[in-house]
Amino acid sequence: MVRFENVGLRYGLGPEILRDLSFQIPAHSFQFLTGPSGAGKTSLLRLLFLSLRPTRGLVNLFGHDVSLLGKDEIADLRKRIGIVLQDFRLLDHMTTYENVALPFRVMGREEGSYRKEVIDLLKWVGLGERMDALPPILSGGEKQRAAIARAVISRPQLLLADEPTGNVDPTLGRRLLRLFIELNKSGTAVIIATHDITLMDQYEARRLVLHQGRLHIYE
Amino acid sequence: MDQHGPLVDLGKERPQVPARARNLSPIVPRGSIAGRALVAVVAIMTFLASVTTGTVLLVSASAAEWQSEVASEITIQVRPAAGRDLDRDTAAAVTALGAQSGIIEVRPFSKEESAKLLEPWLGSGLSLDDLPVPRMIVARVQPGTALDLAVLRKAVTQAAPTASVDDHRAWIERMRSMTGATVLAGIGILALVIVTTIISVSFATRGAMAANRPIVEVLHFVGAGDRYIANRFLRHFLRLGLEGGLIGGGIAMLGFGFSESIAGWFSGTPVGDQFAALLGTFALRPSGYLALAAQAVLIAAITAWASRRTLFATLNEID
Repeated sequence: MVRFENVGLRYGLGPEILRDLSFQIPAHSFQFLTGPSGAGKTSLLRLLFLSLRPTRGLVNLFGHDVSLLGKDEIADLRKRIGIVLQDFRLLDHMTTYENVALPFRVMGREEGSYRKEVIDLLKWVGLGERMDALPPILSGGEKQRAAIARAVISRPQLLLADEPTGNVDPTLGRRLLRLFIELNKSGTAVIIATHDITLMDQYEARRLVLHQGRLHIYE
Repeated sequence: MDQHGPLVDLGKERPQVPARARNLSPIVPRGSIAGRALVAVVAIMTFLASVTTGTVLLVSASAAEWQSEVASEITIQVRPAAGRDLDRDTAAAVTALGAQSGIIEVRPFSKEESAKLLEPWLGSGLSLDDLPVPRMIVARVQPGTALDLAVLRKAVTQAAPTASVDDHRAWIERMRSMTGATVLAGIGILALVIVTTIISVSFATRGAMAANRPIVEVLHFVGAGDRYIANRFLRHFLRLGLEGGLIGGGIAMLGFGFSESIAGWFSGTPVGDQFAALLGTFALRPSGYLALAAQAVLIAAITAWASRRTLFATLNEID
């Protein structure tokens, strides 16, 4: 599903922050991406989400060499990827329900066709009572859950999550992890970038460890 | 994606909530675009463009009217000369003119009429016998007739050697060049108005995109293509363009409608008569109003086009 070969990344003329990354993310797989702060986890997720282009090397996503893709093709590929970012990126003028339903709207689906699915998921992540609330009045944890719900609602083939349990209590953290595991069982490849050792210890999965720009894989 | 099956087996936890219809918020909120300022700019530009076009149409129509009136007449001057009888020469010229084919009416100005024409300059009680004032003859030409001016000139000068024939060609040429210059100036002003509109709209679009950059980024995250994103913004700009075009064009059309009425109120007064002589009845034809309406739509379309162009350029920069 994802293949990196000797990928390097630098910002501008700065030092290379990711070096010689070569790995594969198989379909239906589950992995944690970890490493110290500043190791390049978020940059690697952005490479995987095609919002950054590598400085060198080959990135192959869903069978496409991303260096050859145009903007429209990248947009189409992104529809197959869900992403949860640390800063949530919710739209403040839309309700929680509308934020979560956004991927369906972009796909051009009628509201009636996805309404129940969105409401069910919001209930599942504990936002059933906050469906009509606007993001500015949500707590950090609620925003986190809304962002996760938005990323998983369209059942992407690849889910990228950057510290998805950073703002929630351990109980809800376990619940969200269960959501990711269930999503993975239903066929989605999952990459969770996290510092949280407790979270990683709760589920036996492949670990990708970034250290000084290089990637070490523990199967 | 559906082959993945249910997202999560929630079992008894699956909440049974009645689905209800919702009014979804627009993806790009209307308030995030500096709409009023842009509507005002487009309205002012459409108004200026409409006034320019309307004036050009009025001047062109009046000029065409003058030209057709003047071109259907020729003027003969019979100058006094020593040893010649001016009245007899005038009568001979009238006879010669009347014999020409294509001339439907010949009207010589009598001595009294000539004196009346000169009265504003030379005062009343003037005796033309003391002055070498030429006598005028106006001949009307049948419309659509190609008059052989050389033959006519020869016949008239044979009858009255001191006569000269003027078909107003030089004047008509001057009139044509003046009308052409007016139309060119109008086109120049229209071009400036359109360029200014494009620049203003581009700035407004860039401003709106900058204000809504987080929305654009989130839309990119959820897989929206540039076309989808641009269309969300374009709706706003098309509506703003149409609003501005409607206001500016509407006010200009009302202005032209009123000017017609005002010209009517002043008819008979010296000022009104001067204007009527210069610009006819000050009335735009129905086709003129149609042209103004089409122009307002065109400016709205230009607004949408300029916005679209800027949107795609900005989206390229954002990704």
